[in-house]
Amino acid sequence: MMAKSKTAQAFQGSKSIKPGGVYWVRYILPALAFYVVFMAYPMLDSVRLSLYEGTAGVRQYVGFANYVRLFTDEVVSKRFWNAFGNNWIFFAYHMILQNALGITFAAILTNRTMKGRQFYQTLIFIPCTVAVLVTGYLFKMMMNPLWSKAPLAKIGLDFMIHSPQGWLGDPGTALSAVSLVSVWQWVGIPTMMFVAAFQGIDDDLIEAASIEGATPWQQFTRIRIPLIVPVIGMVAIMTFVSNFNAFDVVFAMETLDGAPNYSTDLIGTLFYRYGVAGQHPVGIPEPGVGSAISTSIFCMLLCGVIPVLVKTQGKE
Amino acid sequence: MAKEKKTRSLKIMNMHIPYHIIMILWSFIAMFPMWFLFVNTFKVKKEIYTNFFGLPSKWTLQNYQSLMASSDFFVYFRNSFLVVVISLFMILFVGSLAAFALAHWRSKTSRVIYFFFVIGMMLPIKIATIRLIQIMKTLGTLNSLFSLYPVYIAMGLPTAVFILTEFIHGLPGELYEAGYMDGAGRFRIYYQIVIPLIRPALATVAIYNLVPIWNDLWFPLIFITKESQKTVLLAVTRLQGQYSTDWPKVLTILAMSALPVITLYLLMSKQFVKGLTAGAVKG
Repeated sequence: MMAKSKTAQAFQGSKSIKPGGVYWVRYILPALAFYVVFMAYPMLDSVRLSLYEGTAGVRQYVGFANYVRLFTDEVVSKRFWNAFGNNWIFFAYHMILQNALGITFAAILTNRTMKGRQFYQTLIFIPCTVAVLVTGYLFKMMMNPLWSKAPLAKIGLDFMIHSPQGWLGDPGTALSAVSLVSVWQWVGIPTMMFVAAFQGIDDDLIEAASIEGATPWQQFTRIRIPLIVPVIGMVAIMTFVSNFNAFDVVFAMETLDGAPNYSTDLIGTLFYRYGVAGQHPVGIPEPGVGSAISTSIFCMLLCGVIPVLVKTQGKE
Repeated sequence: MAKEKKTRSLKIMNMHIPYHIIMILWSFIAMFPMWFLFVNTFKVKKEIYTNFFGLPSKWTLQNYQSLMASSDFFVYFRNSFLVVVISLFMILFVGSLAAFALAHWRSKTSRVIYFFFVIGMMLPIKIATIRLIQIMKTLGTLNSLFSLYPVYIAMGLPTAVFILTEFIHGLPGELYEAGYMDGAGRFRIYYQIVIPLIRPALATVAIYNLVPIWNDLWFPLIFITKESQKTVLLAVTRLQGQYSTDWPKVLTILAMSALPVITLYLLMSKQFVKGLTAGAVKG
């Protein structure tokens, strides 16, 4: 009886299964509950926490004092702006080098007449499946001059090690070394996205262009690149967001302090020190300052993501 | 004559020699650290000092044997395994239910809920860390795997809802009509008709989440200090102090922590590439 009347009810709507708003709520509720309680609410509430000082129990409303400290305090702001600047350098390496390599590899790997493309694709992507922590430790070992000097000397490349503390111990080269390892690891992701984008281009366009006498280079810069602008925008956004998320690579290759001398300190490690672990030597976390850091990044991500989204995805 | 010459030069052009050179060069750069990782796990303790990059002069399985003999190792793997399996199951189950509803219930409210989920794809959950620590404290789940499950489930849901809703929406409507005619309830349509049809999309979502969950360090590092609840990756962070002189052993643990995902990837690389680049390119 019950089932029948429900079916009848369903059929009264325009298209059998589609009507009945309230009925669907019970299907959405479990997902919504997890998403709200463990992601959306804590994210938004972090904004509120940034206006308080102290830990739970002795929490006190302080207005924008945490932000003032973060941006202007002699000690805190020095660390913040340092990490912020480092993060932009880290980002530049990825944005320029990683995405340029990605486009190059993708252009090569979408040549119909080339053999062994699948094989190369498979190899390029392997590092993306390994934990950053693992690759970080590996490179840390390999970059240790104690170990690598002798094997490098054998093939005449020991001039690459310019100082006894190696690349990771020298404040002038440490950030570059860390960034390059990260680029090495993640280049597979943009490559695959560009491969998918290039494969989506209509063959007729390329054929028409080549009949008109366009050189392969012209076809590449005038037709294939402009056509994949939406994907380029998407990759740029992903690069931007994931860079302010980076933590593991510094943790594995250097220390939580971004050694040597804070030269590899990123927003991720700074956030961990202030918000979660507490600054050495006191060791008491400051959730207020931590939340101020995360809220600033949250705003910055939104400011970076929305214009790129509008500019590159709007034409669809 | 002229034609023959032309086809010959075309043939040479189609060999794409410069391209192969670039790709071989990068393949070498990409694989070298992996070679370094695996080859050194078969060396005896001292050999790594004299022979850093080469093949072992005497192959040994000793490192693997001693690792297998320690019981901690199994605990860490069991924990990582549990975290991945339970989180993935919940993401797929809860996510497909919501996607099923959002694909069929077309109203203003449902659009708002859908976009609310999708925004989460752009925002890293790390931003919420400080508040999450407090929530876990209140729930009393700090120092247990139960602090990790809900975070990973929440983290996986935006992409799951996005991919699955689009996929279900693209299925032909007649498939359900037939079920409806036979008097099947909505839940039966969900698990008898929809679930089998969306398997490829479920695989994509599973892979998209599998790698980051298995490889996640941030949340275990913050939530868990108890030995019996550590994941493999968290255990790896202590290696350097623990066996600081026994490098082949350290590398063996690193290799073992990476091996499950690499193996899975090599077995189903097409789905992996699709899964890991999903979310950015539709479908």
